Amino acid sequence: MRTLPVFTAILCSGAFFLTSCQPTKPSVKIGINAELTGEMPAVGASCKQAAELFAEQANKEGGLSVGATKLPIQLSVVDNSCKADQSAAAAQRLISQDGVLVMVGPDASSCAIPAGEIAEALGCLMISPWSTNPKTTVDSTSGKTKKNVFRACFTDRFESPVLAAFATKKLNAKTAAVLYDVSSEAPTSQSALFKEAFEKAGGKVVAMETYTTGDRDFSAQLTKIRETAPDIIYLPAPYNDTPLIAAQARQLGIKAPFLGSDAWSSPDIIKLDAGKNLEGSYFCNHYSTETPNPKAKQFIADYTAKYGNAPDDVAALTYDAMTLAADSIATAGKTDRAAVRDAMASTRSFDGVTGHFVYPEGAREPAKSAVIMQIKDGGFHWVSTIEP
Amino acid sequence: MKYLAQQAINALQLGSIYALIALGYSMVYGVLTMINFAHGDVFMLGAFFCLLLIAIVPVPFWLALIVVMGATALLGTLIERFAYRPLRNAPRVSAIITALGCGLVIQNTTLGISPYARPMPHLIDNATYQFAGITVTTLQIIIIGVSVALMLVLDFLISKTSFGMAMRAIASDRATVSLLGVPANQVIAVTFALGAALGGAAGLLYGMAYPVVSAAMGITVGWKAFVAAVIGGIGNMRGAVLGAFLLGGVEVMTVAVLPSTYRDLISYSLLLLILVFKPHGLLGKSTIHKA
Repeated sequence: MRTLPVFTAILCSGAFFLTSCQPTKPSVKIGINAELTGEMPAVGASCKQAAELFAEQANKEGGLSVGATKLPIQLSVVDNSCKADQSAAAAQRLISQDGVLVMVGPDASSCAIPAGEIAEALGCLMISPWSTNPKTTVDSTSGKTKKNVFRACFTDRFESPVLAAFATKKLNAKTAAVLYDVSSEAPTSQSALFKEAFEKAGGKVVAMETYTTGDRDFSAQLTKIRETAPDIIYLPAPYNDTPLIAAQARQLGIKAPFLGSDAWSSPDIIKLDAGKNLEGSYFCNHYSTETPNPKAKQFIADYTAKYGNAPDDVAALTYDAMTLAADSIATAGKTDRAAVRDAMASTRSFDGVTGHFVYPEGAREPAKSAVIMQIKDGGFHWVSTIEP
Repeated sequence: MKYLAQQAINALQLGSIYALIALGYSMVYGVLTMINFAHGDVFMLGAFFCLLLIAIVPVPFWLALIVVMGATALLGTLIERFAYRPLRNAPRVSAIITALGCGLVIQNTTLGISPYARPMPHLIDNATYQFAGITVTTLQIIIIGVSVALMLVLDFLISKTSFGMAMRAIASDRATVSLLGVPANQVIAVTFALGAALGGAAGLLYGMAYPVVSAAMGITVGWKAFVAAVIGGIGNMRGAVLGAFLLGGVEVMTVAVLPSTYRDLISYSLLLLILVFKPHGLLGKSTIHKA
């Protein structure tokens, strides 16, 4: 039957012709690589919403200044399902197919690391709003810092000692137990850094227990931890696992407070903690909605007006990442990836929604302050700010 | 000693839930010689049906259990009727692909409706009892109790009723059985319904024990229960229960005495070793099926 192949050929060429026929308006394309589905959809949603808010605000003013003209921002949002392979595919699609100038995201370190490899290979600037793992900006084969990958947040190397200091000085903890997901990059590196920092501060880590992603039953590990009677338990788990672990710990009679990483920062953690087992626990965050910073207050007001709920740290950091991207494009003056990347690398200081950033020469992450938050009365409350 | 006793209770709870799901796999394999890969997702739907039910009308635990089991039983019958029956005589591979596909369809439909994890509301007052340094919660007692009760009911059904006899007959020789006047299609449909109902009950109990419900929760647990069913002898009900409690016990005890990072490595190595020495599973026999 000769008609079938001929028919298919006509159909395919017709489709190709139609798609290439679209008139392309000049615009600045920014890619958003976000965790819209999967383990942490709240993180992806915050990222997407903050990016859309930024684009909307910029486009109302006519767009970003590029050289002599103003070009509107066109966002290209792709879901990475919080999986490493899909994240790399999403990066590939955004950079090669959609031709974005800058990629903002991914947020989860397990996704940011592979996406960073793609961004580096294809020479496109990537700014991760939320990935704190040091490996994101380091090339896995050569060990050298990547040229194209930057972040808007501090790394675990800053966060873990901050938490360890808080635990030993403010909570007077002498012993700590750690429970983390051994199959996930972020908790594993955070736990190792916390142990190092806690022991340097004079404490003793009495238990280092692990589980695998997707596990729901932690009773065996928690029973082991109960035997060691720690003063605090370090729990760098994402916002939907933490309430489960806390519930099982309290059921076993463990009364020690929990200490979390910035992975706790989604307000969903309180929604999922029906038994209030996290009441009184602390975690490290990138910013607090109770901040007195006027830029932040304006952002919080705009975001809440548009979406009905206050922005979490992922949203705030994404907004800052978008601002950094926009500033780099404006400084570069043209829609050329290398120029934009160089402009970003030449940024030394920046005042964002999440505070004052200082990028030392050659650094990919900013020196900025962290906040310690406490979960109390169904909300996050600021406890203290730690400067770099 | 207290420590090991505490871990033993943890193992019993985990084992009970695995057992309820493993029974579903064995029952279906027994009558149809196919692995119902969608079973883990039926288990997940059990938890979601409970969420839906409580959101519409808050009912007590026992009523929720009955309603959820009924709903999943219906779902099981529908899956059998529309997805598996047309492939009754198709090559083994096609049936496996259909089962996997069914599971993925259920998972992704649920993901599309509810992409976010949801908290499971409290169905019972969870009190904690302490005796001899061991903590036991009402929830653990209910989970172990309900699971064991359901298993005993099923065991009675299979060994002492005529329906159970029909099930075992179909498991032995499906073709001949219909010649002898046994309504094979009906028996298979009811078997599916029972297996799914147990899976649904497991989903509800699991949701109560680990109250964060998400569309992907059936994947890992479903696979582990399948492994348990195979270790015990796939097609054998008592084997499924034995395999499940063994798996739960090995998982918990490896963590109890060794660094928890080695849990999966050691648990599954041990189970593989069992299969090396007993390829048909602990209670399986080298004749094809035995209920």
